[in-house]
Amino acid sequence: MHITDILVTGEPIIYGAMVSMALVGIALFFLLTYFKKWGWLWREWLTTVDHKKIGVMYILSALLMLFRGGVDAMMMRVQLAFPDLGFLNSQHYNEIFTTHGTIMIIFMAMPFLIGLMNIIVPLQIGARDFAFPYLNALSFWSFFFGMALFNISFVIGGSPDAGWTSYTPLSGAAMSPGPGQNFYLMGLQLSGIGTLATGINLMVTILKMRAPGMKLFHMPIFTWSTLVTCFIIVFAFPILTVALALLTIDRIFGSQFFTLTGEGLPMMWANLFWMWGHPEVYIVILPAFGIFSEVIATFAKKRLFGYNVMVWSMIVIALLSFLVWVHHFFTMGAGAFVNSVFSISTMLIAVPTGVKIFNWLATLYKSKIEFTVPMLWSLAFIPSFILGGVTGVMLGMAAADYQFHNSYFLIAHFHYVLIAGTVFACFAGLVFWYPKMFGHKMNERLGKWAFWLFFFGFHVCFFPQYFLGLDGMPRRLFITNVVEWLPLNVISTVGAFGMGLGFIVFVYNVYYSFRYSERETTGDSWNGNGRTLEWATTTPVPYYNFATVPYVDEIDPYVRMKEEGKTTFEESKVKPIHMPSYTGQPFIMMAFLGLASFGLVFEWMYVAVFGLLGGVVMMIRRSFDYDDGYYVPVEEIKRTEKKARGL
Amino acid sequence: MAAEELKTGPLEYRTQEGQMGIMGFWIFLGAEVVLFSTLFATYAVLFGRTADAPHPGELFEPGIVLIMTFLLLTSSFTCGLAIHEMRRGSVKGLTIWMAITLALGLGFLGFEIYEFVHYAHEGATIQSSAFWSAFFILAGTHGLHVTLGIGWAILLLIQIKQRGLTNVTSRKFFIISLYWHFLDVIWIFIFTSVYLIGMVI
Repeated sequence: MHITDILVTGEPIIYGAMVSMALVGIALFFLLTYFKKWGWLWREWLTTVDHKKIGVMYILSALLMLFRGGVDAMMMRVQLAFPDLGFLNSQHYNEIFTTHGTIMIIFMAMPFLIGLMNIIVPLQIGARDFAFPYLNALSFWSFFFGMALFNISFVIGGSPDAGWTSYTPLSGAAMSPGPGQNFYLMGLQLSGIGTLATGINLMVTILKMRAPGMKLFHMPIFTWSTLVTCFIIVFAFPILTVALALLTIDRIFGSQFFTLTGEGLPMMWANLFWMWGHPEVYIVILPAFGIFSEVIATFAKKRLFGYNVMVWSMIVIALLSFLVWVHHFFTMGAGAFVNSVFSISTMLIAVPTGVKIFNWLATLYKSKIEFTVPMLWSLAFIPSFILGGVTGVMLGMAAADYQFHNSYFLIAHFHYVLIAGTVFACFAGLVFWYPKMFGHKMNERLGKWAFWLFFFGFHVCFFPQYFLGLDGMPRRLFITNVVEWLPLNVISTVGAFGMGLGFIVFVYNVYYSFRYSERETTGDSWNGNGRTLEWATTTPVPYYNFATVPYVDEIDPYVRMKEEGKTTFEESKVKPIHMPSYTGQPFIMMAFLGLASFGLVFEWMYVAVFGLLGGVVMMIRRSFDYDDGYYVPVEEIKRTEKKARGL
Repeated sequence: MAAEELKTGPLEYRTQEGQMGIMGFWIFLGAEVVLFSTLFATYAVLFGRTADAPHPGELFEPGIVLIMTFLLLTSSFTCGLAIHEMRRGSVKGLTIWMAITLALGLGFLGFEIYEFVHYAHEGATIQSSAFWSAFFILAGTHGLHVTLGIGWAILLLIQIKQRGLTNVTSRKFFIISLYWHFLDVIWIFIFTSVYLIGMVI
C-alpha cells in the first residue's frame, strides 16, 4: 500500500493543517527534550491517578477540542457568508459540519464537564480521591485515544461526512465506503467506554465516600447534578455502545441491521441513536445547571433558593430525558398518535426547567450581587438559555415541527441551549474553580473582555439564524447564494468571529494570569464567600485533599465552619492517609486498544487483533496486580498543612 | 480511602474498598441490562425479516437448546455453591465448585458454537438477513460474555491458589459470581423470547 492511499491529498487547507500539526509536534518534542521534561511528563501526568491532575488533563484536552471545533465552525461561516468564493468544496463542507458537531458534543462538552467533576466533586464531599482511581485514569486515556483517533481522520484516511448523527443508510458501507465513517464509529466507541466507566466511578464515589454525617440532601448542588448525570450516563451510554457496534459490524462484517438489502431497517438507527442522543443532551446540561447554581449562590451570598426543589427537578428532567427521543424525527412518519405522545413528553420537560429558572431568580432576588467573571457568565446564561428553551418548546410541537424541521431555526435553537447552557457553564466553572486548580485566579479585566466578546458574538451569530430558518434556509447547506439569505448570513459570520476573538482573549488570559496573577494565600479564594467544602482546603490543594475530614450535617457546611473557626486540619485528629500508587498501566492498555481501533478503521485485521491482544494482556496484568497503595505519614501531613496554612 | 477493616460479616464486605467494588459492579450490571435490552429490542424489531434465508422455525431445535439451558442453569447453581463454600472459608470447596461451574460453562459454549456452525451450513449467517444478524449478535454477545467470564474465572482460580482467601480475593470471586448469575438471567430471556417464540411462530 502506498502512503498516498492513506493520506488525504489535494486540499490546500488540509496541507496547511498537516504542516502546522507537524511543526507543533516537532516543537513539543524539542521543548520536552531541551528542558529534559520527558521523565516529568511520564511520572507526573501520564501515570497519574490523582483526580485533580486527571481533571486538568480533561479540561486541557477539551479546550484544545474547543479550538478545533471552533475552527471548523469558522470555516463553515466563511463559506456561508461568501458562497461564491469557492472556499470549501461540498465534500469538505460535509466533513467539516460532521466533525464540528461530533467534536463539540463528545470531545469538548462532555470532557470539559467531566474534568470539572473530576476535580471538584471529591473536594465537595470530603473524599481523598475517586472510588476507583485506577479506573479513572483508564477512563481518561480511553477518551484521549478516542479523541486522537477521531481527530487524525482529516489527514489520514479522510473524515466522516454523514453528519454527527451519522444516519443510515447514508453512513452504511454501500453509500459511505472507506475509512471515514469508521473513524466516527471507533473514535466514539473507544471514548464511550471511558464515559461509562466514569459514570459508574463517580456514582460509587458520591454514594460511598461522603464526609461523615453528610446525607444525600446535604450534598452541594453540583455534586447532586453529577450524581443525576451519572445515572443518565449509566443507562444511556450502553445504547450508544450497541448502536455503534451494530453499525460497525454492518460496515466491516457485512451484517444487515441498517442496510437497504436483506430487509434491514435504516430507520432503526435514528431510534437507537436518539435513545442515547437525547439523554446525552441532559448529560451536558445538568452539570451546567449545577455549576450555575453554585456560582449564583456564592456571588449572591445566599443559600440557593429551593434546594430540595432544585434536586427533584433535576431528577424529573433525568427521567423525562429518556421519554422524548422521537421528537428528533417527527417527520419520519411515526404517525399522529406517537408524535402527540412524544410532543407532550417533550413539552413537559419545560416544567422542571422553568422551576429551576425561577429558583435562580429567587436566589438573586434582594441579594447583594458581586459581578465577578463567573457570575457574569451565569447571569448571561439565564436570559440566553430561555431563548433556547422557548424555541425548543416550539420545535417540540409536532405539527409546527414539520415547518421547522432541519432548518436553521433548529440550528439556532440547539446552539442557544448548548452554548448559553453548556459552554457558558464551562467558562463559568473553569474561572470559578481556577484558583483551586492552579493556585491563582484568572485576570478579571481580561476575563470580562473575553466574556463580553463571546456573549455579543454569540447572540450576533445565532439570533439571525432563527430568522434564516423561518425564511426556509435548511441546515447542512453548502450553497447559499439565495439573495434573501445573504445579509443575515454575513451578520451571523461576523458574530462567529466575535466568539472566536473572545476565545482567543480567554486563552491569552490563561497565559497572562500564569505570569502575572497574584498567588492565592487562602483556600477560600472568592473574598471568603465560599460555601462548600472545596473552599475549606488549602490552595493549592494537597494531593491527599483533606488532612482531617469535617463532620457535615447541613447544606453549605463551610459557612458554619468559618463562623466557628474550624478547618480541615485538626492537628490532634490527623491519622495516616491511605493513597493509591501511580501506574502507567491505564495509558499502555488504552494505547493498545487505540491501536486496535485504528486497525479496525482501515480494516487491517492483523493490527486490530494485535492491539486487542495487547489490551487483554494488560487486563490480565491488572488482575494479578495487588498493589495496595501507600500511607502518607502523619508527620508529612502536619508539615504540609502547617506550611500551606502559615501556622 | 478508609483502610479500616470490620471484624465480622462476609470477608468481601469488610473493607470499604470491597464494598465499593461490589457496589460499582452492581451499577455496571445495570448498564449491562441496558445493553442487552437494546439488543433484545433490536431483535424484536427485526423479527421475521429473514429475506431469502430460512425461517427460525425451520432451524431452531428444542433438544440442543434445552441441553444448553440445563448446562447454564446448573452452572449458576454450582457457582452459588462455590460462594457458599467461600463463605465457609473453604478454598478447596470454592475451587472445586468453581471448576465445575467453568466446565458446565464450557459445555454450554461448545453447544452454542456447534449450533452456530450448523445454522451457517443451512444458509443462515450474520450476513444473510436482518433477522439473522440480530439473532447472531444477541446470542453471540451472550456467548462472548460467557467466554470472557470463563477466562476471568481462570485468572481468579490462579490467584486463590497463590494467595488464599483474603478480603480482595473473596471480593473478586463474589463479583464474578454476580456476573455469572447475571448471564444466567440473560440466557433465560434468550431461551424464552428467542428460541421458544422462534419455534412457535
